[in-house]
Amino acid sequence: MKIWLALCSVALITSCKSKDRPTDQPAGGSSAPMVTGGDKAAEGGTINGSGSTFQKQFQEAAIEAFGKTSKVKVNYGGGGSGKGRQDFADMVTDYGCTDAPYKDEDKAKVKGGEFVYVPVLLGAITVSYNVDGVDKLQLSADTIAKIFDREIKKWNDPAIAADNPGAKLPDTDITVAHRADGSGTTEQFTKYLVAASPAWKLKSGATVEWPADTQAGQGNGGVAQIIKSTKGAIGYVDLPDAKGTGLHYASIKNQAGKYIEPSSDSASAAGEGVEVKDDLTFVAVNAKGDAAYPITAPSWCMSYTKPAKNAAAVKAYFKFMVGDGQKQLKDLDFAPLPKSLQDKAAAVVDKIQG
Amino acid sequence: MDLRGKRAYADTGFRWVAIVAASLVLLILGAIAVSMTARSWPVLGRMGLDFFTSRRWSPADKLYGALPFIWGTLYTAAIAVAISVPISLGVAMFVTQIAPRKWRMPIIYVLDLLAVVPSVVFGLWGVMVLSQHFGLGRSFLTAGIILAVMITPIITSLAREVIETTPQNEKEAALALGATKWEMIKGAVWPHSKGGLVGAVMLGLGRAMGETIAVALVIGSSLGQITLHALQPGNSMPAVIANEWGEADDLHKSALIALAVTLFVITIVVNLAANGIVQRSIKRSRGK
Repeated sequence: MKIWLALCSVALITSCKSKDRPTDQPAGGSSAPMVTGGDKAAEGGTINGSGSTFQKQFQEAAIEAFGKTSKVKVNYGGGGSGKGRQDFADMVTDYGCTDAPYKDEDKAKVKGGEFVYVPVLLGAITVSYNVDGVDKLQLSADTIAKIFDREIKKWNDPAIAADNPGAKLPDTDITVAHRADGSGTTEQFTKYLVAASPAWKLKSGATVEWPADTQAGQGNGGVAQIIKSTKGAIGYVDLPDAKGTGLHYASIKNQAGKYIEPSSDSASAAGEGVEVKDDLTFVAVNAKGDAAYPITAPSWCMSYTKPAKNAAAVKAYFKFMVGDGQKQLKDLDFAPLPKSLQDKAAAVVDKIQG
Repeated sequence: MDLRGKRAYADTGFRWVAIVAASLVLLILGAIAVSMTARSWPVLGRMGLDFFTSRRWSPADKLYGALPFIWGTLYTAAIAVAISVPISLGVAMFVTQIAPRKWRMPIIYVLDLLAVVPSVVFGLWGVMVLSQHFGLGRSFLTAGIILAVMITPIITSLAREVIETTPQNEKEAALALGATKWEMIKGAVWPHSKGGLVGAVMLGLGRAMGETIAVALVIGSSLGQITLHALQPGNSMPAVIANEWGEADDLHKSALIALAVTLFVITIVVNLAANGIVQRSIKRSRGK
């Protein structure tokens, strides 16, 4: 009996249910039903959001800072842009965040009526690599396209050498790392290649038909891990994860012909050069401007103009995100919106009737 | 009279409860099959048989060919069974026939504990130890080994129970005739439990084919791979579904559901085959 109790307490994390176990196990061994407090709590000052994992760190920081100034409690569930759009369309959440706007055919599925896109941040997607003796690397769009579709297989390929005059490149095989899961980061990265390089043939999307001899990791962290642990690897990783993992990343040639290092500032600079549509959606990749980092991705949060509930709370939180919340972005290695865009975003937030 | 009436009442009641329960299972299974097939129809109608024979899976081109994923599922499950069967049967034989009585329970506890470890733990262990430390990378083989670890407790536990059903008198009869332990196992235990053992292995196979998270973490998620080379990265049906569902558009979702239907059908076929083999072997051993 003693052994049983010991074993059961070891296995508590899972639950003891093997059929030859004693039936008189302590009550703690059975998992109590989880109490779901979601919808009840929402009547008070609680709002719920889900979506983009790209901006999850910002959401967490913003929620914490916002909590100090307001009694409104905000929950952000992450789950990916696709989930954010779906939950928001089905009115499961009060707000949704996404790296890509709805496609035209999906707009009809948004059940809560008129809604607004509010841009909240810009972020750089790095092309990170792991090559011995190469601390600085410059890449143009065509070279990146040829590396990622496996046309270029060695680090000392003439195309890479041409982007890096004078650099000593080793004879190492290139290992391409990409996302295993469907991802907004993949979508933005390939959108950049479509826009900037005629050599790119694999199109753009959350899931791409990568060549078979490439490696895949789960999430930005998974790709970063492959790069870190594989000599000769290259992959696309968002800036916070690339820095967090301690990776080297390339400077990328922009439209103006300059090689720009990914940073909070160069991503903000990309925001200056974009053409913003009336609904505040825009494409940030391959932006104009001398200082613009070309693989820059925007991210939005969405609210209904007449939220069914918690309207005042939603409005207050959105105001914070495009106002004081912007100050936190730089420390998180994201980029704040440029002033012009920030003003437009604030004007759109005012349309929310709360 | 009174008593009998009551009994008849209880009988009918029990009968109906049993019938409802039995048909409910079929009904739910049927409902799942129908609704899943309906939702996968946009892709199956568009791709036709190409869905099962094409190697290209390209959401951007709206092309969905599942053959490499079907291959990956079957291949990793086959590797898992190949590794697991000798170990499981060996352990089961050891525990039931050879081990001293005081060793039996500890071995059984440990194996049962292995069976309740959540699959994501095996997956992470596979990533950190097998692919990185031992340098197996993310590949069919890594996935196969992880699956083998996961199905071994299941097969062992079932095999042990099957073997224990061998009547004591048959075993003793064999020993009394001067058989060695091995001859006794071969002559008395094996014929008696063959069918059940096949069933146990098939159940393990079913589990291996459906396992999602652990495989998604270690198989490498590469597209278009149909190869026997076990150290190559590949992909399997449940792993694709788990990885791609979140950001999929409508047609892509439909393709993922079609993958689920395919997996469902393959699993049913495997189980029916297992059942057939078990039944036949039971008949044969009775005939003897």
